Amino acid sequence: MSATPAAPALPSRPTGDGAVPSVAARLAPSALHPGDLLRVASIGLRSRRLRASLSALGIAIGIAAMVAVLGISESSKANLLQALDRLGTNLLVVEAGGGFIGNEDAALPTTAETMLRRIGPVDGVSSVTSVDATVLRTDLAPSDQTGGITVKAADTELLETLVGEMADGEWIDEARAGLPVVVLGSVTAERLGITDVADGVQVWLGDRWFTVIGIMEPLELAPDLDTSAVIGRDIAIAELGAAEAPGTVYLRTDPDEVDDVQAVTAPTANPENPDQVEVSRPSDAIEARAAASNAFTALFLGLGAVALLVGGVGIANVMVISVLERRSEIGLRRALGATRRHVSVQFLSEALLLSAAGGLAGVMLGAAVTAVYDTARGWEVVVPTVGLGGGVAAALVIGAVAGLYPAMRAARLAPTDALRTV
Amino acid sequence: MNATDGGGAAPTAPLPCDGVILLRDVVKEYPGDPPTRVLHGVDLVVRRGELLAIVGPSGSGKSTLLHIMGTLDLPTSGDVQIAGHDVARLADRQLSALRSREIGFVFQQFFLLPGMSAADNVADGLLYSGRRLRDRRSRARDALERVGLGHRLDYNTEKLSGGERQRVAIARALVGEPSVVLADEPTGNLDTRSGAALVELLHELNGDGSTIVVITHDHDVAASLRRQVVLRDGLIEADSDHPAQGVGDPGGALPEVAR
Repeated sequence: MSATPAAPALPSRPTGDGAVPSVAARLAPSALHPGDLLRVASIGLRSRRLRASLSALGIAIGIAAMVAVLGISESSKANLLQALDRLGTNLLVVEAGGGFIGNEDAALPTTAETMLRRIGPVDGVSSVTSVDATVLRTDLAPSDQTGGITVKAADTELLETLVGEMADGEWIDEARAGLPVVVLGSVTAERLGITDVADGVQVWLGDRWFTVIGIMEPLELAPDLDTSAVIGRDIAIAELGAAEAPGTVYLRTDPDEVDDVQAVTAPTANPENPDQVEVSRPSDAIEARAAASNAFTALFLGLGAVALLVGGVGIANVMVISVLERRSEIGLRRALGATRRHVSVQFLSEALLLSAAGGLAGVMLGAAVTAVYDTARGWEVVVPTVGLGGGVAAALVIGAVAGLYPAMRAARLAPTDALRTV
Repeated sequence: MNATDGGGAAPTAPLPCDGVILLRDVVKEYPGDPPTRVLHGVDLVVRRGELLAIVGPSGSGKSTLLHIMGTLDLPTSGDVQIAGHDVARLADRQLSALRSREIGFVFQQFFLLPGMSAADNVADGLLYSGRRLRDRRSRARDALERVGLGHRLDYNTEKLSGGERQRVAIARALVGEPSVVLADEPTGNLDTRSGAALVELLHELNGDGSTIVVITHDHDVAASLRRQVVLRDGLIEADSDHPAQGVGDPGGALPEVAR
């Protein structure tokens, strides 16, 4: 067969233009503008909305879980730190106890409060003594139904030392320390069914009536007082036989010298048996709570990460199916001049769009969950920006990883194979 | 005008001056044991301005030939030159560029993208050309006018009839003003009347200067075009431009050369 049999026919063609394509003519490369890429990448999502939404939902749930966990834990921490700020970290609690096991009868010496007051950086001292008495709503109530309420005798500075606040009424002042008046802790008031002190309400305490003059807000630094009824020390000693030695002493110290004060507190309170004195710092408990929430945060973040991973697998799955279904589109695009890279970038971008949509939805959902939870707990709403940015970034990374294999598969597809389907 | 070409025994001989597609001893084998040889050494020149039918029964190698002419597939051996470019010398990326600039495709199944207007589908014919969207849209409008669909610009292609869809596909193939349009069974999914109208359109477009190669198994369609090349068992059996070349019986394959 001859190589070019067409030669004899050439003169028969009238040629008006004389455009002769040059073999050396440079081919301008195929190009795809970024704006077009975005449009092309969204075609698959727009034409299969339900599937796109469902696979984005997988990512959204994972991201929402992570953002909500971060948000709630941050809010909780912020709330605890706010409490610390308000209450101060310079309160020390001195109690009898510690030392040997079974040393339950240990008590602070009567002089403890006076001695502790002499420590230089101590700004305020208050003490509380347990009183062996019950408090009842009426004198007719059975005396064994105390509802877990204890009676305590306190000095007049206690409320100030504990940074406590009154929900209603007033604290016991000097003038009334010897009178039959009582201030109720928040839980005590609730259990006795007393909501305000307006009508001069009375309770049966010991063996006589005491007038309720105040109800305290919950005391975060001394939660045991919430379940107590507090009376003046003078009347406690005079009429109820309370011990003069303090049961618990609260110290306010110079904030910069808390550790030093803590070191000398036990020997000062009980020079003879310093090992029978227990010194604690209630703010440590709050700090420990803030730290403990970190442990849970890590656990829940891990769970969120698993959800995210599952979401990523979902996207990879959808993209693989999409590549199979859209073989003819891939073939067409190759025929229109798309390079392999154009095809792979298109499908990769589609996966990224999917995951970005899921990430954004997840971030918003997570922030909303945080806001609702915080509001319900009465906390200040804190949504960490790291969580928001990190959420979207994590979604994009997952999308990129999930989209890589389908994109490469699409790019490797031979145009003739792609067009042969249908 | 270069009238001295054609004696090109040398493998690097340039194309005839108005040749758009040059195939020289093109062989295509698909791997296997034994390998399947689909094209057995095809020689063909498509000149600028031609309206040409490649006709043959199924299994004759038509589609493979179209894929090779469209640079979607490469021959096992032989030379392929498209618009002056030696395909064997081009990298995959450059072949994509060649398709984007010089070749327009029309497929039996239309391959229009769902959920997009006719104009956007046509504009996508220029998607990889580097032209700006505004430019692509304006050219798409012109191309749709040319195929008689100026009134359907914003129609979703799913709402168009089969004949209209194939016109959209033709407009998409033409919009980049390629050197050649390759149409694979363009009337295959159309009823007789739409098919006839489509062939009429191909004649009009050819009259305006477009070079069009139609691959078909439909002898009536082939007979209505200016030149017919009959492919059988991977070989050119007859070429109406070169009756002497036929190795078979062109009269039997082609009832009549129309026009």
